[in-house]
Amino acid sequence: MTEAPRTFPDPLDRPAGELEQLRRAWRRPRGWHAITEVNNNFIGLLYLGTAMLFFLLAGVLALMMRTQLAVPDNDLIGHSLYNQLFTMHGTVMMFLFAVPAVEAIAVLLLPNMLGARDLPFPRLSAYAYWAYAVGGIVFFCSIFAGLAPDGGWFMYPPLSSSAYSPAVNADFWLLGIGFIEISAIAGAIELALGILRTRAPGMSLDKMPVFAWVMLVFSGMVIIAFPAVIVGTALLELERAFGLPFFIADKGGDPLLWQHLFWFFGHPEVYIIFLPGAGMVSMIVPAMAGRPLIGYRLIVLAVVATGFLSFGLWVHHMFATGIPQLSISFFSAASMAVSVPTGIQIFAWIATIAAAARLRPLKTPALFILGFFFIFVLGGLTGVMVALAPFDLQAHDTYFVVAHLHYVLFGGMVFPLFAAFYYWTPFISRRALSERLGRWAFWLMFAGFNIGFFPMHFTGLAGMPRRVYTYPEVYGWGLLNMVSTVGAYLIAAGVLVFLFDLARNFRPTNTGNAGNIWNAGTLEWLETGTYGPRSIPAISSREPLWDQPGLADDVEAGRHYLPNAPTGRRSTLVTSALQARPQYVLDLPGPGWAPVLAAVGTAGFFLLLTVKMTMLAAACGVLAIAMIWRWLWDSDPGPSAPVDIGGGLRAPVHSSGSASHSWWAAIMLLMVNGSILGSLVFTYLFLWTTSPDAWPAAGALPGTALPLAAGALLLASSAWVAWMGRGRRKERRPRLHAGLPPALAMLLASAGLEAYGQWEFGLRPQDSAYAAAVYALIGLQCVLAIVVCWMAVFTLARSLAGKLAPQRRASLDTMALFWHYTAAQGLAILALIHGFPRLPG
Amino acid sequence: MPYLNSLLILASGAFSLPSDLQSALHPKGEHAGHIAEISWLLFIGAAFIFVLVLALLVLALYGPARWRALLGRRALVVGGGLVFPIVVLSALLWYGLGKAAVLMRAETPAAVHIEVIGELWWWRVRYLDADGRPSFETANEIRIPAGVPVELWLKSDNVIHSFWAPNLAGKLDMIPGRVNRLRVQAAAPGIFRGQCAEYCGAQHAKMMLHVQALSPDDFDAWQALQRLPAREPADARLQAGKRRFMRACARCHAVRGSEARGSAGPDLTHAGSRPSLGANVLPNNVGTLAGWIAGNQHIKPGNLMPSFGELSSEDLRAISLYVASLE
Repeated sequence: MTEAPRTFPDPLDRPAGELEQLRRAWRRPRGWHAITEVNNNFIGLLYLGTAMLFFLLAGVLALMMRTQLAVPDNDLIGHSLYNQLFTMHGTVMMFLFAVPAVEAIAVLLLPNMLGARDLPFPRLSAYAYWAYAVGGIVFFCSIFAGLAPDGGWFMYPPLSSSAYSPAVNADFWLLGIGFIEISAIAGAIELALGILRTRAPGMSLDKMPVFAWVMLVFSGMVIIAFPAVIVGTALLELERAFGLPFFIADKGGDPLLWQHLFWFFGHPEVYIIFLPGAGMVSMIVPAMAGRPLIGYRLIVLAVVATGFLSFGLWVHHMFATGIPQLSISFFSAASMAVSVPTGIQIFAWIATIAAAARLRPLKTPALFILGFFFIFVLGGLTGVMVALAPFDLQAHDTYFVVAHLHYVLFGGMVFPLFAAFYYWTPFISRRALSERLGRWAFWLMFAGFNIGFFPMHFTGLAGMPRRVYTYPEVYGWGLLNMVSTVGAYLIAAGVLVFLFDLARNFRPTNTGNAGNIWNAGTLEWLETGTYGPRSIPAISSREPLWDQPGLADDVEAGRHYLPNAPTGRRSTLVTSALQARPQYVLDLPGPGWAPVLAAVGTAGFFLLLTVKMTMLAAACGVLAIAMIWRWLWDSDPGPSAPVDIGGGLRAPVHSSGSASHSWWAAIMLLMVNGSILGSLVFTYLFLWTTSPDAWPAAGALPGTALPLAAGALLLASSAWVAWMGRGRRKERRPRLHAGLPPALAMLLASAGLEAYGQWEFGLRPQDSAYAAAVYALIGLQCVLAIVVCWMAVFTLARSLAGKLAPQRRASLDTMALFWHYTAAQGLAILALIHGFPRLPG
Repeated sequence: MPYLNSLLILASGAFSLPSDLQSALHPKGEHAGHIAEISWLLFIGAAFIFVLVLALLVLALYGPARWRALLGRRALVVGGGLVFPIVVLSALLWYGLGKAAVLMRAETPAAVHIEVIGELWWWRVRYLDADGRPSFETANEIRIPAGVPVELWLKSDNVIHSFWAPNLAGKLDMIPGRVNRLRVQAAAPGIFRGQCAEYCGAQHAKMMLHVQALSPDDFDAWQALQRLPAREPADARLQAGKRRFMRACARCHAVRGSEARGSAGPDLTHAGSRPSLGANVLPNNVGTLAGWIAGNQHIKPGNLMPSFGELSSEDLRAISLYVASLE
């Protein structure tokens, strides 16, 4: 800031024409061009709609399964279709509904809750959405061709290996899910950055809505956990396509490696889905009760603790694999510990309800919340049961666990989601949803859920395993299954009532929504336009609409920050991460084709690769890269004169270096890379623990000359780049133009040298699990070197085009960050490959 | 009216109550007994906590103002969310880990060692002699002496399966490249069932197992019979059946004492003595045998045995009679 901040609201009248300018900047493209819109309100709603489409589709799959299981020895659906049904039901619910749905709600609501006009990278959220939508729909359609994956949503090898699943079905899962994960990571980085850097001035971390806290933890968990499953799918695809034996026991691989990688992702995934649900409850309960949340700090602590603990539980999915008793005890204890933070949240909600000023008569959102309580508490209690290893040995992989997981996920996420639909519809629609239909939807879903899933506890204990397409009459599971099927259809009836309600009352809009009908206290209930709030409020409370009288009127009259579009384009305010002090105005991109086309290209690349249409896939890949180039080319427009942001304040329209949002995003992307490296290092070490015989003795390794040379090249290139980037003041274009190509050559040569050395030594990736792990590490280094190469070319091109300057150097800074990271990673990999087997003992 | 008839059968199946054939709640062995005891403690404790939390919720909603004021405080969050679960869970963990240690303890060495190997989609069962060498092989049935500890060596060389006979013990996976050992001990003679619990592909649903605990004397007698080579055909009809068997079946099935040495499918040396066919899909008699040989792809689609629909009915009958005679 260039001047001392004035107090807000600023009593002066706003200049005429300012509002029109704001409207013009945020105007929606019309007609066919509507799909080029990147604004969070538009993308968020599309995102949510698509996620709900997948909820319905996966629900239909569930009804088909329940119909098949209604009676014993049923031959309505054969094993082949049934196995695809349950694989797709789980996969679609987890990857195409649950995670996207909560990301969608966050994209839609968070900027409004935080008082921002949009997320910091609108084109990234548009890209993440379109990649998910196109890829997800094509992936789902594989079931109509009988090509859907049929190895279970957990895809355990060897069943999913080429020996036992030779057809393309499994590849659809591996490539399809791999890139939907990439889309989820993109969304997570976007959300984390939005939460950390675009909060309303004054909204320090301790005044942040719980939902924002939850989504921050969510993003961190996605960034750490999802790379593990991306690595897992990549390794399995390498095994299927090229024979690298990571999971083949005969060659030193281990099927359990997959289970570790999968559940290291898979268990946090459960909390990735549940925490946002809990976050929504923490928003809705105080609003319906008319009282602030009791125990806000405890809840925030609980959410953060859940995030950490969730990474220490994954082995509880593997109690029956015969792992040592000691690790069973540890993971058993950790699994129980995670119920403490959940208990804190439950009792905080009960306390808030007890202190309520106006909860009764119960409205539909409150009904869904109470339903959530009933179901989720029961699911949590059965969760404690299965955390106890001896009990789990009976319950594991039976219908007891089917009941447990649906109680936790349907209770913990779907019921809060429906509460959220009824609660936030007035924010995004001209009319609220119907109370009467809402009650019908709730009671049908609530009764249906319990009728459907409660008996499954008994079905499982009476011996029925999961994932069976039929069962003989002699076991006597018929009645329980029939009841479950009736319950499933009741849930479906409830969802149909909800859809009918949507059709009758849901009229999406950004201008003229139904408004704050609940008299809630958070910022999304300010009057909004396509641009979000008219001005960005200065905040001094957690529920500003309750505690700051007249705030809504002042905001609407433009008496707070940024009541205008000072650059003539879309913009929002960037604030500091902890205290939310205004820092600079972020110029936001408007509608454009690049994100949509890049997404279509990415989805096309992965899906066409699956069906081995290599040329077309390559064409799609080129399209994706060209479009990403196109969109990055316009970013970082460079500094312009500070602009008026209201209240007589002027703020810069630009930032560079470690204060800028792009630098933070690069750091988060490097955390993703770090997690990928961690998973591969784990792979290497884990395979060593299971088959140390496959590892070469110290004498049987390639000599140290080549790896030392490769390491020296890494250090040299990194130092060179640091030297070139030195000096922020002066322009040093010639040095950059002459220096980048040789530095790049060194980086690439280093990766090449290591690969060459291993190959010349006679090591082939198909030889053994050891060889496969070594080449996987080298491959990762090559991939990053190529990414850096692309960044360097981009930076050079910008420099040649005059788009790089001392104050306009985001591409250079990002490239340098990646460069140093890649060099450090290369050194770590060399040390592991050449040092570890040489360790004495 | 076959249609109506099958509807009636379906309806009767749909309204039956769970049997105790394959039930974790009807323990017939030591291991399962301990787990059932833990289970009941968990069920009762969970029911108690569930009612307590819901009662608090109802009080918070509809209780008298004084109660609500008492509940609507941070102290409830600390007491209910922090102190209560830590106390309860610590106690539970202490109890659970103690129980787990009891389950792991093995004071007396196992009297019988059986190798159980998961196949696609059936169970290969090898009884081992004192030196750990296979003494005979059977399929889809495990017979054990009651009252004596038995150790099962669980293996697979294809995909992952999981051995689960809930009346006896909790489940344990069968993972390629590993050997998992499960100790079981049946309390008394009896018949129950087991089933594969880890999804293993097309016919995971029909990978079932007959488990029978015998009195030690009966078990010894059974073992002695199983060790014998297959009985020779007693008459010309069975001899003809054997000849046809050797032509059509010997590539995949072994019959000890004959030239049939195939190992892809179950060892049929004493197939006639087994209670069921196709991993407990059909009862075992001459008629079902013929039906299985000719139409198993209809009964258990996707299993690795081809349907021998091209066999003449005479051949089919001869082979079935021969296999049924291998008691």
